[in-house]
Amino acid sequence: MNAALSVDGLEVIFDRFRALKGVSLEVRSGESYGLVGESGSGKSTLLRAIAGLAPIASGSITVNGKTLGKNRDKAFYREVQMVFQDPYGSLHPRQTVDRLLQEPLAIHGFADGEKRIIRALDEVGLGTGFRFRYAHQLSGGQRQRVAIARALILEPSILLLDEPTSALDASVQAEVLNLLEEVRRRRKLTFLMVSHDLAIITHMCERLMVMQSGEAIENLTASQLVGHRVAKDYTRNLLRASEGFVRTARAD
Amino acid sequence: MSTEVVQSRRDWLLSERPASRMQARLGRAYVTWRRFSANRLAFVGLLIIIALLLVAAFADVLAPYSPTFGDLKGSRLLAPSAAHWFGTDDLGRDIYSRIIYGSRWTLYVVILVAVIAAPIGLLVGTVAGYAGGWTDAILMRITDIFLAFPKLILALAFVAALGPGIENAVLAIAITSWPPYARIARAETLTVRNSDYIKAVQLMGASPFRIVLRHIMPLCISSLIIRVTLDMAGIILTAAGLGFLGLGAQPPLPEWGAMIASGRRFVLDQWWVAGAPGFAILIVSLGFNLLGDGLRDALDPRSGDQ
Repeated sequence: MNAALSVDGLEVIFDRFRALKGVSLEVRSGESYGLVGESGSGKSTLLRAIAGLAPIASGSITVNGKTLGKNRDKAFYREVQMVFQDPYGSLHPRQTVDRLLQEPLAIHGFADGEKRIIRALDEVGLGTGFRFRYAHQLSGGQRQRVAIARALILEPSILLLDEPTSALDASVQAEVLNLLEEVRRRRKLTFLMVSHDLAIITHMCERLMVMQSGEAIENLTASQLVGHRVAKDYTRNLLRASEGFVRTARAD
Repeated sequence: MSTEVVQSRRDWLLSERPASRMQARLGRAYVTWRRFSANRLAFVGLLIIIALLLVAAFADVLAPYSPTFGDLKGSRLLAPSAAHWFGTDDLGRDIYSRIIYGSRWTLYVVILVAVIAAPIGLLVGTVAGYAGGWTDAILMRITDIFLAFPKLILALAFVAALGPGIENAVLAIAITSWPPYARIARAETLTVRNSDYIKAVQLMGASPFRIVLRHIMPLCISSLIIRVTLDMAGIILTAAGLGFLGLGAQPPLPEWGAMIASGRRFVLDQWWVAGAPGFAILIVSLGFNLLGDGLRDALDPRSGDQ
């Protein structure tokens, strides 16, 4: 299996602040790869840098064998799409779902827009009843489904997921994760997924990378994480934190 | 129309599941309209502006006398009466007729200024806000320069250079009134340019031009409409001021500002000559202000649903 996405020595600097310090990673085609770490560890920045939304200081990114330059071209956006964390902020407040989905098709000059929009809405389980609604007429889960439909409508091969469920409540989280899983299997997509929820990562991803303050500190497989076979203390702390609050035995 | 028909129409407009693009758009317009018409004063403002439009459109029918030719022999400076509702001026012209025809010039000035100034301001502001960096710095410094000029003085200089006349007055006012719109549009753009929904469009591969035109401008337009409406009273007053100074409309055009200027010589004895056009300016300015306030409540992007 060859690499769908590989990142080599990526540095991102915001106004003298080094958000990423030479991170490298390789995601195989058709794989689901997780990024975990605490807030501010640079996992979202890595995702945004790949998408071209963060200033890259050095390092290289290769997508499907093509190394990316400074500016992303339209062909790149047909290969790589992203789903944002906050479904309340990622949909334009003055556009209907229909407009939102039409925009990428218009930019890339697809002729059969009508058919694609209906298919995309069906695929994410919304149906055409939602087609002419505005974002404020949708619930959080529905909004995230629209965002997923928008990302999928260009038929990308790689999907970047920036904590796609952290803003949703537990039952809706499961629905959206199942939807993503189903879409990945059907379309043979490659996922690069950021989350601070280790349960989600172990459920969704085969391999993962642990990050801390802009550096990659450990590469693991999901089964290693489940079995607590980790090398670094930081990862062990993350695991302990993810188990939630445990009442300590009272010393009588 | 029976009540059921009205009821079902309202349900159709307020439907949570619109079936077509048209229905979604109309539904949104209807919600805005309901918010607007709940405000009584704003409604009064709208009625004043509609009345102004109707008067301007049907001036030929409504005016009992000619606005430019008067009876010099028998009807100079007559007080208001049944024959001349607002009296007559020093050239024997019926003031009521002149005010009716003058509404056309008022509308002409207001609409032309809005059509010239608002798009310039919108374009400069959104481009500066979205592009940032050098583009922003240069565009905003130019805006600052225009903003630093006293409005009436620049208009005076402009009219002095190009010659008096209502077209030049309009141009002068337009040139001095776009900078605030650019400021508003830029501020609005800065608040949305880093939002996820704009990032999402960038990730679609949209060109900056497309993003500004189709995604950012629609978000700036409502605050701009509000500001332009509120400014219209000021535009009317500036136009009237230029007319009053003899630099705007030239005689015998029945422009309200020029009418006040010619009436000021008899303002103590024949108060109606200056009073009637002054009152007309007052009413129309008030109408625009009330309308603007109402629009602010109805269109404010930060109120209620987004």
